[in-house]
Amino acid sequence: MSPTDAAGGGDETIHSAATLEFRQATKRYPGQDEPAVDALSLEVPAGEICVLVGPSGCGKTTAMRMVNRMIDITEGDILLDGTSVRERPPAALRREIGYAIQQIGLFPHQTIAENIGTVPKLLGWSKDRIRARVDELLELVSLDPHETRDRYPAQLSGGQRQRVGVARALAVDPPLMLMDEPFGAIDPINRERLQNEFLRLQREIRKTIVFVTHDIDEAIKMGDKIAILQKGGRLAQYAPPAELLMYPSSKFVEDFVGADRALKRLALQRVRDIDLWRVAQVRVGEPVREAEAKLRDADIRIALLVDDRGRPIGWLSDEGLAGERVKETVRSRAEPVIDLDDVLRDALANLLVAETRYAPVVDGEGRVAGVLSLEVIGHFLHEAPAESRTGAELVEERE
Amino acid sequence: MSLDLIAQLQTRERSGTGCVAENGFCPGWIADNWDRYVDPFWQHVFLTLTSMAIGFAIAFSLAVIAHRRRWLVAPVAAFTGALYTIPSVAFFFLLQPLTGRGNTTALIALVCYTLLIIFRNVITGLASVPAETKDAAVGMGLTERQVLWRVEMPLALPEILAGLRIATTTTVGLAALAFFAGAGGLGAVLEEQPLFRSNVVVAGGLSILLAAALDLIILTVQRAMTPWRRAAAA
Repeated sequence: MSPTDAAGGGDETIHSAATLEFRQATKRYPGQDEPAVDALSLEVPAGEICVLVGPSGCGKTTAMRMVNRMIDITEGDILLDGTSVRERPPAALRREIGYAIQQIGLFPHQTIAENIGTVPKLLGWSKDRIRARVDELLELVSLDPHETRDRYPAQLSGGQRQRVGVARALAVDPPLMLMDEPFGAIDPINRERLQNEFLRLQREIRKTIVFVTHDIDEAIKMGDKIAILQKGGRLAQYAPPAELLMYPSSKFVEDFVGADRALKRLALQRVRDIDLWRVAQVRVGEPVREAEAKLRDADIRIALLVDDRGRPIGWLSDEGLAGERVKETVRSRAEPVIDLDDVLRDALANLLVAETRYAPVVDGEGRVAGVLSLEVIGHFLHEAPAESRTGAELVEERE
Repeated sequence: MSLDLIAQLQTRERSGTGCVAENGFCPGWIADNWDRYVDPFWQHVFLTLTSMAIGFAIAFSLAVIAHRRRWLVAPVAAFTGALYTIPSVAFFFLLQPLTGRGNTTALIALVCYTLLIIFRNVITGLASVPAETKDAAVGMGLTERQVLWRVEMPLALPEILAGLRIATTTTVGLAALAFFAGAGGLGAVLEEQPLFRSNVVVAGGLSILLAAALDLIILTVQRAMTPWRRAAAA
């Protein structure tokens, strides 16, 4: 079934996603030597987020706007599910493609419900169907339908408006979404929240998304794949985030991702995903012989004293192992304690702040799962990126 | 009629009715002579509303056309601006050789004076619609016509109606000069006894009242049609 049938007909629940292919797509403006977008070729698999990122003037927004023909393609083509976008009348094409921009562009004279119902109304949905869909979408973006539905955009906060913008773009369940810096105008704290919310939402809706940003950190967080564009609209590299950080293909990409690209990789990984050091967990009153046997198997020469439920108390001093049985003599408290679900970058920060080289890692119940050390992190950074993840996966795992 | 009045004035003077003689504000006289104002008042209303309707139709159409063809804005504004600068009394006289005395002449002049204000306000209103709002509308698949009528026009409405209010008030004032073209109106009654206070107060007062009433009506319409503006302010 084509998306048109789904949007216009009675069938509500097709959660389809389209594949998108740029094929030598070029945009040239008359009177300019350099093209705005230069023979861009890349493929976005269905259900994935492709981030277009680059410095200002690199043609990322132009490339995005060529997809729904807000900007006409000069040469080459863009295929949506194998069909050229040039074959479709622009208005009809755009109704099937979700569209969200940084300034949101809500209609100030219409209520939130009317705003969200814009495209359904254009497609001739019944009033009841639009109303039901509006409420469903408001809930989807974590807004209370009863409170929000009849308000005007000016009565909402910036973050709420941004959510409404996303809901409006999703109104007819389009197989493709275009998002141009959708979180660009939001303060950093709310921005992070909206990004996480959106990644969680994407896990449910699995749309194909073209996401434009100038912020490499946002690109790394949001993208399944990242296309880095450079001036003149040339594609510098198209790769998953971890690969991009590990193997930048040119000096330009290396500079653009930043000197801290190793640290950025740490932001894509959780503590639970890497091999921690094994540690000798000993309890007060335990025979010293057993404790020493555990120490021989461990990666770290110091034993960790734990309570009867396996929660860390502190690092055992040599005196603790002096007698027959383990005594409660701690050389230092077990601080900081790192959670298995912490992102590696945060864990590293904890180590650095506490001026320590290693710290116990605990699971959800607070039991010791291993030890994270600077060496472990250093080792991870030399691993192949295949073991790294995308930001979307990180958010999913937290569920 | 004026002879009759003079006779009346003299009669009252003789009979010692001081108010009219002293050229004061005479409620008794006004009550007795109320009929003199009814027809001119309705003629005034007719002149105002008709010229506003025609003027709005012309200026609005010009603005909608010029909105998509920006190069038209300057010449249309210049032309309507030129009309606006013609002294009104002269305008009413100048047209008479062409269109004779009467409503037609008066309406042509009055319509010409409304054009500039309405045209400019429609253009300004449409231009004030935020670019991102239009971009979102186009991006969601509204056609050019849908963008104009569903997005730009509603958002330009406050500006358009503001122009309509100014134009209406101006027209009520200018219609008081329509008697130069032989089209009657409250100006005609005023002209009959321009020095008699009671007459000036009633004729002038009705004119002011008409302007205020029409202004209030448009304001009410504006408030009813733009609930989102008050919601934004709250």
